[in-house]
Amino acid sequence: MSQAEQTETVDEDGVIESVSGPVVTATDLDARMNDVVYVGDEGLMGEVIEIEGNLTTIQVYEETSGVGPGEPVENTGEPLSVDLGPGMLDSIYDGVQRPLDVLEDKMGTAFLDRGVDAPGIDLEKEWEFEPEVAEGDVVEPGDIVGVVPETVTIEHKVMVPPDYEGGEVTSVESGEFSVEETIVELDNGEEIQMHQEWPVREARPAGDKETPTEPLVTGQRVQDGLFPLAKGGTAAIPGPFGSGKTVTQQQLAKWSDADIVVYIGCGERGNEMTEVIEDFPELPDPQTGNPLMARTCLIANTSNMPVAARESCIYTGITIAEYYRDMGYDVALMADSTSRWAEAMREISSRLEEMPGEEGYPAYLAASLSEFYERAGKFQLINGDEGSISVVGAVSPPGGDFSEPVTQNTLRIVKTFWALDADLAERRHFPSIDWNESYSLYKDQLDPWWEDNIAGDWSDVRQWAVDVLDEEDELQEIVQLVGKDALPEDQQLTLEIARYLREAWLQQNALHDVDTYCEPEKTYRMLTAIKTFNDEAFEALEAGVPVDEIQNVDAAPRLNRMGTAEEWNEFIDEIEDDLKEQLRALY
Amino acid sequence: MKEYQTITEISGPLVFAEVDEPVGYDEIVEIETPQGETLRGQVLESSEGIVSIQVFEGTGGIDRNASVRFLGETMKMPVTEDLLGRVLDGSGNPIDGGPEIVPDDRHDIVGEAINPYSREYPEEFIQTGVSAIDGMNTLVRGQKLPIFSGSGLPHNELALQIARQATVPEEEDGEDDDGSEFAVIFGAMGITAEEANEFMDDFERTGALERSVVFMNLADDPAVERQVTPRLVLTTAEYLAFEKDYHVLVILTDMTNYCEALREIGAAREEVPGRRGYPGYMYTDLAQLYERAGRIEGRDGSVTQIPILTMPGDDDTHPIPDLTGYITEGQIMMDRNLNSQGIEPPVNVLPSLSRLMDDGIGEGLTREDHGDVSDQMYAAYAEGEDLRDLVNIVGREALSERDNKFLDFADRFEKEFVQQGYDTNRSIDETLEIGWDLLSMLPKDALNRIDEDLIEEHYREDEAGEEAEAVSAD
Repeated sequence: MSQAEQTETVDEDGVIESVSGPVVTATDLDARMNDVVYVGDEGLMGEVIEIEGNLTTIQVYEETSGVGPGEPVENTGEPLSVDLGPGMLDSIYDGVQRPLDVLEDKMGTAFLDRGVDAPGIDLEKEWEFEPEVAEGDVVEPGDIVGVVPETVTIEHKVMVPPDYEGGEVTSVESGEFSVEETIVELDNGEEIQMHQEWPVREARPAGDKETPTEPLVTGQRVQDGLFPLAKGGTAAIPGPFGSGKTVTQQQLAKWSDADIVVYIGCGERGNEMTEVIEDFPELPDPQTGNPLMARTCLIANTSNMPVAARESCIYTGITIAEYYRDMGYDVALMADSTSRWAEAMREISSRLEEMPGEEGYPAYLAASLSEFYERAGKFQLINGDEGSISVVGAVSPPGGDFSEPVTQNTLRIVKTFWALDADLAERRHFPSIDWNESYSLYKDQLDPWWEDNIAGDWSDVRQWAVDVLDEEDELQEIVQLVGKDALPEDQQLTLEIARYLREAWLQQNALHDVDTYCEPEKTYRMLTAIKTFNDEAFEALEAGVPVDEIQNVDAAPRLNRMGTAEEWNEFIDEIEDDLKEQLRALY
Repeated sequence: MKEYQTITEISGPLVFAEVDEPVGYDEIVEIETPQGETLRGQVLESSEGIVSIQVFEGTGGIDRNASVRFLGETMKMPVTEDLLGRVLDGSGNPIDGGPEIVPDDRHDIVGEAINPYSREYPEEFIQTGVSAIDGMNTLVRGQKLPIFSGSGLPHNELALQIARQATVPEEEDGEDDDGSEFAVIFGAMGITAEEANEFMDDFERTGALERSVVFMNLADDPAVERQVTPRLVLTTAEYLAFEKDYHVLVILTDMTNYCEALREIGAAREEVPGRRGYPGYMYTDLAQLYERAGRIEGRDGSVTQIPILTMPGDDDTHPIPDLTGYITEGQIMMDRNLNSQGIEPPVNVLPSLSRLMDDGIGEGLTREDHGDVSDQMYAAYAEGEDLRDLVNIVGREALSERDNKFLDFADRFEKEFVQQGYDTNRSIDETLEIGWDLLSMLPKDALNRIDEDLIEEHYREDEAGEEAEAVSAD
């Protein structure tokens, strides 16, 4: 945090009045709402959340054991802000943007000590700045004045901060600079550095929102194929524990075709975050082949890290996402899990003794959730370009019950719903996205993209798959009562086709080198192969072939190997030919 | 150190006292009753002039004349390697009649969070010798894998079996035989004296006590003390693991009692309750325990946790198992039905899960075919289970030959794979071979989760012959 670097004298110090867990009250503190303060002799970071007369309530982002009344509270006079500039990618932060690797160095231990602060970006490191404006040019807020190669993948664009007035450029530098050195000066005296700050609870300004028309290609068949998300869209993944939320989120972070990925581990497991930290630098980005970390910013506030920092990590993440959006990038933000964030709000709210709403959550839960998701979207930027933020929030409903407040309030906002199902997970059907319950409201606006880029009959083929799965669902109810053999032959065949749709197409092995990513062309092709089987099989049935014989053709089980086939085009062609040949040979 | 005689209110486990100097949050307090008994407590809230104190041993015997001493520090655990082989009470005092413990160091019991950047991802396979765990829900070093059980189920037997048998196979082959053994730290919270004896007898019988530290808070010990016991356990575990290079296996039983204690204190403090009266911060509180498992880069030791909890009414959506499941890396689910069929251990693998399994198994770690075999058995067993419902309605004859094979598979899976008894220690090879014996009952083309090459290598063409072999291998 940059507050540590602030040297200007601050308002008068306050004195701690009481301490209860992460909530501290202080007297005589001259502070505004949401100001960042340093609490106690150790200087623990906190934020003002309530002011009542002379009494100020502070939520502290660090453990408060041993802190007592009488200790000082120092105000920085600044709201909770993030440091924005080159160096955020390939980084891992805690919930208030302290880099965890720097903290390890500074603390000299593997455990998180208290009262240690570090700026979000390296203030000393020099970056190669290449200007894109010349003296005499007129620039406005949001305009790009030059670029910095931030990572092998991403060119960082240095912008006129949105709260500047803009004007004529009077001097431009070029070459190696640290983020705090002035690189462009304007005629009104404004100086532009690579480093900006922005308060996390305030959305960065942007122009109008547009209707998203391009899909966020995830490389996951059930998501791309049945329930697509748009670039600039919002999605929720609710599911009980063990249903694969985190793996689904990680798959999206790994394979989706966004330019930038911001991954927030909010109140989740330490080992899981470590897995991401260890895996991502080694994995290639599917678009560029460069290391995945070169486009990724990680925020890790594990479940045992202080609860107040968990509350803020979502805001830290979305502000960083907005900054890259302002450069014109398509950003994808994964928040795992928004329920932990809501619980952090609940915990702090109950310590403040606020009147609780539903299930103890604060009455402003719905407002906070919608405020967060509304920061997603495809935007017309203030500099005239376009950029987008797609938000995918995991939800962890207690007991897997989707009627609880966080799930319900989230569903009122998001347009894509990937419902994870414990039953599917138990039988190791992954991703365990329940095709009967999930939906995507982006389907229609994304169809033209699929039809232009993948196949003209895309929406028909998809609808066929949906119909078969629907029919299976109805038939299963009958099968439960009378058994499969009691059904007429055509319905038995439908069940068989549906089984291939589930096992060969919807199921996808995240751990298999080939199957983990499925390009849209392959998603389409695999589906048409099953449809070929369907069409040929029904023709055979009509010609009088018994359903048993149709089911037992040699080529059919090979449909299950399509996902893992490397040379899938040849492989699928061959299956289709064999299927046709073998089925036609039966009549 | 100042002493006060200013108690203004006593309510449940809480004592409120007036003070004239600041007292730190979480600080330790000693209360001396007029009878001369000394009780310990902790500052729950500290305000100018008044503090609220939670008394570990219960507030019985305290009156307004009792004196209150603030020790000026947060609660510490005296740690030393000599703790191994000792039995302590729930507050960390020796109760085995042994010599006094001379600490090397004193550690704060509220552990600090491990920096996720400093962690090492756990991927070393622990062989527990239990097929349902090794084969289907593999445990790795540094994992936290709870046992979700119910009242009357043999979770203690399973925990003891794991504690006895757990090894890391590779090291076993080497000369350093001790190196692969685990130091077991056992934390009992509110278990009955009878259960405690069961554990102690087993520890003594097998000689495991030498490499164990036992913390005992029994059912009739003060409930508030249960708040402290697991933190003492984990502080000791972290010390042995990260400073003394031990591989530590922590068994905590019963987490349900711990959560009940949490609720009791929350109610006494008149907090706004969350679901079913449990405090809203229970998730954070439990996370602060469970997350104290893992490995740290550059340190040799590890902390592996097996917390046990009994689900009230066998309901896994109850807040205790629910919140636990969201924090831990999977769960081992005990099943009442299997138990009544005499399956030992009665582990239902379907709702069980080990999240760290995928990275701990496979070529070089266990066996190349492990992942596929496990996936296939899950899928086949789930299908068999589904069919059982159907059989109840339409009868076996109405099912196809394929369906009947799956039904047989499900039966044999329970009776041969899961069933093994608490004294059988199966190597991972034995476990997987039994797996193949069972899978070979199914037609080859039904094995759609297994790589074709592996099917060629392991599938028993002559199933009957293999069956005989499997029996002799048992």
